[in-house]
Amino acid sequence: MAAETLVFAIAALLIVAGALGVIFSRNPVHSALWLVQTLFGVAIVFIDLNANFLAAVQVIVYAGAIVILFLFVIMLLGVDKAEDLNIEPIVGQRPIAVVVAAGMFALLLSVILSVGHDFTGATSSTGPLDDVGGAFGQSVTTKPPSDVRVLGVHLFTDYVFAFEITAVLLTIAVVGAVLLARRPSGPLEPLPEGDALEVAS
Amino acid sequence: MSLAELHPTTSWYLVLSAVVFSLGALGLLVRRNPLVMFMCVELMLNAVNVTFVAFGKQFNDVGGQLAVFFVLVVAAAEVVVGLAIVVTIIRRRPGATADDLSMLKG
Repeated sequence: MAAETLVFAIAALLIVAGALGVIFSRNPVHSALWLVQTLFGVAIVFIDLNANFLAAVQVIVYAGAIVILFLFVIMLLGVDKAEDLNIEPIVGQRPIAVVVAAGMFALLLSVILSVGHDFTGATSSTGPLDDVGGAFGQSVTTKPPSDVRVLGVHLFTDYVFAFEITAVLLTIAVVGAVLLARRPSGPLEPLPEGDALEVAS
Repeated sequence: MSLAELHPTTSWYLVLSAVVFSLGALGLLVRRNPLVMFMCVELMLNAVNVTFVAFGKQFNDVGGQLAVFFVLVVAAAEVVVGLAIVVTIIRRRPGATADDLSMLKG
């Protein structure tokens, strides 16, 4: 078996097992740890697809930052109580959810298996992955440039405006998070219960 | 074709990502803990990222990996704001599930 195939098989196993663990863990901390396994599997798949920079970013940003953020919130709020998965507050929610998810999967699978992937026949319409296209007057080398270099050249030339906008987006997100999580002065009023809402309306 | 020359094609990656996307959707619909629902959204985002990179490799196009880069940034921003909202809600009503947060329904 080719090494690429073996890597894909192991990574796929890790990803699917992790995804199942996220869904079926009763404790949110366990869900977060299963999520780490899935994210590592996705990073392996990225390496299998020659996307080395994205694999590194995947591990640093997702496994290193986002999951840690999840764990911080779980620990700070003390919501790490195991959830009883047997109670079903909305009657028929689970069977309908399974049907919807299975239908979505069947739809995706039928599209993948029935349609060829040469939709337009166009390749490298954004830019070739193995060539920086002579940007910055580089000499032509026989060795293809690293994906970090190719991504960087495109990110800071063709996509520089989108890149700046993401900086603004992150700033807004940070400011919004600080404002939302700030403890307001004065006593906290509890959120209205369902009955109180009905009386009010 | 013998097993030795079996190489993963784009379709393999697409099927894998369809599986993960569907599992994420299932979790989003089934679970009631808002934190776990967020994790399921992350699963779905990652499934889409795999398709982007797989297509980018097939077409030798840098656009796939660039899209994944921006998806990562947006996912980070989404998690930050979403978790801040969860913190605000759970601080006021401990043990709140997604079913309790129906104040905005019409």
